[in-house]
Amino acid sequence: MATELGPTPVKGPASGGTPVHHGPKGVGEDNKILSQGKWATWLLAPTVIALGIVIVYPIISAIVMSFQKDAGLDPATGLFTAGGPAGIQNYVNWLGQQCAAPGGGTVACPPGTLGGQFWSATGTTFLFTVITVTFETILGFWMAMIMARTFKGRGLVRAAVLVPWAIPTAVTAQLWLFIFAFEGIANKLFNASILWTGSEWPAKWAVIIADTWKTTPFMALLILAGLQMIPADVYEAAKVDGATAWQRFRLITLPLVKPALMVAILFRTLDALRMFDLPYILTGGANNTTTLSILVINQIRQGFNSAAALSTITFIIIFLVAFIFVRFLGANVVEQSGATGKGKK
Amino acid sequence: MTTTTASTELRARQDKGRKAAQNREKWAQARTYISAVVILIWCLAPAYWMVVTAFREVGFTYDTSLLPTHVTLDNFATAFDTSFGNRFGQALINSVFIGVTVTAISLLIGVFAAYALARLNFRFKFLVLGFILGASMFPGVALITPLFQLFTNIGWMGTYQALIIPNISFVLPLTVYTLTSFFREMPWELEESARVDGCTQGQAFRKVIMPLAAPAIFTTAILAFISSWNEFLIASQLSNDATQPVTVAIASFAGAQPNQIPYTAIMAAGTIVTIPLVILVLVFQRKIVAGLTAGAVK
Amino acid sequence: MKTPRFLLPAATAGVLALTLTACGGGGGGTTGGGSDAEANLEGRGPITYVQGKDNSNVVRPLLDKWNAAHPDEQVTFKEQTDQADQQHDDLVQNFQAKNENYDVVSVDVVWTAEFAARGWLQPLEGNMAIETDGMLEPTIEAGSYQDKLYTAPVSSDGGILYYRKDLVPEAPKTWDEMMGMCSIAKENNIGCYAGQFKQYEGLTVNASEAINSAGGSVLGEDGKPNLTTPEAEEGLNNLVDAFKNGNIPAEAITYQEEESRRAFQEGKLLFLRNWPYVYNLATTEGSSQVKDVLGMAALPGKDGPGASSLGGHNAAISVYSKNKATALDFVKFLIEEEQQKFFATQGSLAPVLGDLYEDQELVAKLPYLPVLKTSIENAVPRPVSPFYPAVTQAIQENSYAALKGEKSAEQALADMQKSIESAGAGS
Repeated sequence: MATELGPTPVKGPASGGTPVHHGPKGVGEDNKILSQGKWATWLLAPTVIALGIVIVYPIISAIVMSFQKDAGLDPATGLFTAGGPAGIQNYVNWLGQQCAAPGGGTVACPPGTLGGQFWSATGTTFLFTVITVTFETILGFWMAMIMARTFKGRGLVRAAVLVPWAIPTAVTAQLWLFIFAFEGIANKLFNASILWTGSEWPAKWAVIIADTWKTTPFMALLILAGLQMIPADVYEAAKVDGATAWQRFRLITLPLVKPALMVAILFRTLDALRMFDLPYILTGGANNTTTLSILVINQIRQGFNSAAALSTITFIIIFLVAFIFVRFLGANVVEQSGATGKGKK
Repeated sequence: MTTTTASTELRARQDKGRKAAQNREKWAQARTYISAVVILIWCLAPAYWMVVTAFREVGFTYDTSLLPTHVTLDNFATAFDTSFGNRFGQALINSVFIGVTVTAISLLIGVFAAYALARLNFRFKFLVLGFILGASMFPGVALITPLFQLFTNIGWMGTYQALIIPNISFVLPLTVYTLTSFFREMPWELEESARVDGCTQGQAFRKVIMPLAAPAIFTTAILAFISSWNEFLIASQLSNDATQPVTVAIASFAGAQPNQIPYTAIMAAGTIVTIPLVILVLVFQRKIVAGLTAGAVK
Repeated sequence: MKTPRFLLPAATAGVLALTLTACGGGGGGTTGGGSDAEANLEGRGPITYVQGKDNSNVVRPLLDKWNAAHPDEQVTFKEQTDQADQQHDDLVQNFQAKNENYDVVSVDVVWTAEFAARGWLQPLEGNMAIETDGMLEPTIEAGSYQDKLYTAPVSSDGGILYYRKDLVPEAPKTWDEMMGMCSIAKENNIGCYAGQFKQYEGLTVNASEAINSAGGSVLGEDGKPNLTTPEAEEGLNNLVDAFKNGNIPAEAITYQEEESRRAFQEGKLLFLRNWPYVYNLATTEGSSQVKDVLGMAALPGKDGPGASSLGGHNAAISVYSKNKATALDFVKFLIEEEQQKFFATQGSLAPVLGDLYEDQELVAKLPYLPVLKTSIENAVPRPVSPFYPAVTQAIQENSYAALKGEKSAEQALADMQKSIESAGAGS
C-alpha cells in the first residue's frame, strides 16, 4: 500500500499539463483550459482523501505492528513487557501454523490454539465465499429479471426484496440463531431434528443460508439497475428478428448487464471474504465455520501484533482474489474507456 | 360451400394461432406471478418470524406456533422505554442522521470520482481504481484499534464525525465502482448534442445525463444508506450514549435478568427499524426516480 | 512485503509514536504501570463508573444516592453494551488510550489477571486497601492476581442444579447418584441432564466444573496447566460418557444458557445446571411447565458438593484515574452491606458478603440463596491467567471435540495442556 500512495493523481498531475497519450474519445476539445489530468485530480481528490484517513492510516499502522512481537509475561513481576521487534516471525508462524514452544522456539500449533486454524479458516472462508456468491448471483439475477417485468404487485415485490437487507445484521444473526435452534421453527416446519449449529455441514449450511438470504437483495438491486438501463426497443428489435428468450438473454441481457453484474459480484466477493457476524453469532466459529475475520478478532484478544500480521495476510489474500477478478474475469470497469491508465500500469 | 369451409378453416386456424399466442402470454404472466410469490415467501418468511416473535409475550418467547399467539405490544414499549437508560428513539434519529449524511456526501464525491474515471483520460487510472478497491479489502475488525487511537488523539471520540467519516470510507469504493460502471454505459452523445443546443457542460450533465443515470444513482444511494444503517463494529467502539446508532442500541438491550436474552425486544426493534426503511425507499423510488426521469430528453 | 521493511523507519516514525506506545499494551508494563499506580492517590473530584448494560436498574439509584451525599465528587455512569466481549474490548481500547475518564470500571472476574498483568489496574493495597473480612473466600481469590488484590468483589455468581421435585424425591449429592437417577428420566420420556455445551464461554464454565468437581484442576498452583491427571480425565469423561449414553440429550451440544433453560422449563429435562436467574423466570413465566415443581441444589461432585465455576463482576480502579481517593471511596461504598442488599433485591445479583445469605428478608425474596452460598463457597475461579482468552479457547475447542466424540477425553486434555503451555510461552 505504502508505495502506491506516492504516485496517486493527487500529486501526479500537479506538474501541469501531463501529456495525454491517446486520442481522447469525444471529449477532446473540452479541456483547453484544464487538462483532463487536472480535472481528474480535482474530481478524485475527495475520494482519495476520505479513504486515506480511515483506511490507509490503519493499514500502515497494522503493517508496522505486524513486525513486532506480542507482549510477553515477565516471570519475575508477572507483568506484561513489550515484545520487541519480531522480523517476519509473526507471518512465518501463521503461514506455517507454528506456535511458541514452552522451552523457546516454535512447534506445530496444537489443537485448541488460534495458530492451528489458519489454513482451515482460509479454506472455510473461500468455501463460504464461492457458495454464497454463486447462490446470490443466480438468485439475484432471477429476482432482478422478475422485478424488471411489468405486473400488478411489482412494487410489493420490490419492497419485499429489500426487507432481508434492511434488517440490521445484529438482528439477522439473532433471528437465524432463533430459527435454527434445535426446537426452533426450522426444525418444526420441516419436521426434522437437525442439530443445525452442532455438526459440521448443517452448521455450514446454516451460515450459507442466512448469508444468502441477507445479501441476495444487494445483487438483485444492482442487477435490476443494470437491466433498467437497457432500452426496451433493443428487445423489441430482437423479438422481431425472431430471437428466442434464451437468445435474447444470452446475446442482449447478459452483455449489457455485465458491467453492473461484475461490480456486484466483485464487491460481494470482497465482503464475503471478510464475513464475520453471522458465523460468529450462529456458531461461534465451531464446527469448522471459523472465517479469517473471526480468527482476526479472536487473535486481537490474545495479542495485537500477531493479529495485525493476520490482518495483513488476509488483506493480501483478498487483494490477490480481487486482482484475479479484475485482470482475468473482466470486472475491470475501465476495460475499454480507460485505455490510457491501463497501459501504463 | 367450399369457400365458406375454407374461410372457416382459415378463421379457425387464425383463432388457434391467436389463442396460442394468448396462451403463451397468459402462461408467461402466470410464471411471472408464480416467481413473484416464491420471491415473496423466500424474502418474507424469516422476516415474518421476526415480526411474530416481536408481538409475543416475553414468557412465551419460544412458542413455535406459526400464527401469532400471546400477542402483546409490550416489546415495542420495552424497546422505547427510556427509564433504564435505553435510548432507542434517540438512536433511531442518530441512525437516520448518520445514514443520510453518509449517503449524501459519498454520492456527491462518488459521482465526481466516477465521472472522472469513466469519462476522462489520465495516467494512473488503474492505480487509482486499485487503491479505491483496496480500501475495501482490509478486515474491518482490524481497523478499530488504530481508528480509536486516532480519534482519541484528536478528541473526536463519541462525535458524529467519528462515525460518519469511517462510514463514508466504507461505502465509497462501492459507490465509485457502481457509478463508474453505469456512467460508462451512458449514451454520452446526448451530452454532446445538448452542448450543441447551447448547454454548458455542467448543465448538460445535470439535465441530460443525471436523469438517465437516475436508476443507477438511486440504487447506489439505497445501497450506501443501508450499509451505513447496518454498520455496527465501528459504532460500537467509537460512539457514546448520545450519538449511538440503532445497531448499537439494539446490542445494549438486556433481559430483565442477567443471562436472559431479550429476543422479543430485539425482534421488536428489528421490526421498528426495518418497516419504515422499506416504506421510505418505496416512496422515494416513486417520487425521486419519476421526477428525475421526467426531465429526460428521450 | 519488501517495501514496508525499508520504508519502516522513515515513513512511520509518527505512526509508531501514535500507536505503539498505546498498542503495545504492557509496553510500559513494569515501569510505566508502576509510576501510574503511584500517581494521584490523593486526588478527589468527579469520576466516571463504567459498567455493562444496567439490566435491572440498580446502578442509577445507587449513583443518585452517592451523588446526593458527595456534591463535589459526583459519579457519572458510562454504560456499555450488554455483550461481554464488547465490554472487554471497550475497556482494552480505553486503557490502551490511557483514558483518564475511565476511573472505576466493572470487570468480569475472568478479565482480572489480564488487566492486572497489563498494569492497568490499581493494586488495592496499602492506602488503597479495602476491607475484605466477611467476603466469601473464592470471590477474593478471583479478584487477585499473584496474591495481590486488584479488584473489589461486587457481585458473585455460581452454578445451581435445578431439578424436578415431582420426579426426584431428593436432590442427588454426587454425579454418580445423579446419573443413577436418569432411569427416572427415561421412564418419563424426557432428557436427564443438561448444561451449556455449545462452543463458547459457557462450555469453559461447564468443562471446568466437571474437571474441578472430580478433583482435577485446569491450572496448578504455579499457574501452569495441570490437565494430564487422572482426576481431570475422570471429570471430562463424566460429560463425554453422559453424551454417549444419552443421559445428556444430543441437542445439548447446541445449548447456551437460554436454550437449556427453555428445555427445562418446557419439562423436557430432569436436571439442569444453570445460573440463579433461572429461578425467577421458571417460577413466573407463563409458559413454564415447572412452576410448582422446581427444586434447587448445589452442583453434584465426586463425593459431595461439586466445584462450581465462579461468575460475577468486580470493581477496579484504573491506574490512569486522576481522582483515586474518590474512586476508592466509591468502591468501598459499592461493597457496603446496604448496597450489596440492594444489588440482591433489586438486581438479583448474588452478594459477596457471606452474612447476607442468611438474611431472612433476602432469603424470603431469593429462596435460592442458601444453595447458592454452598455453590459459591465451593466454587473455583475459572483459570486465573493473564492469557485467559487463549486458555478458554483451548478448553472450549478441545472439550467440544471430546463431547462430540471426535477425540478421547485423554487426547483432548493433552491438547489443552499443550495449547495452554504454548500461550504462556509466547513472548
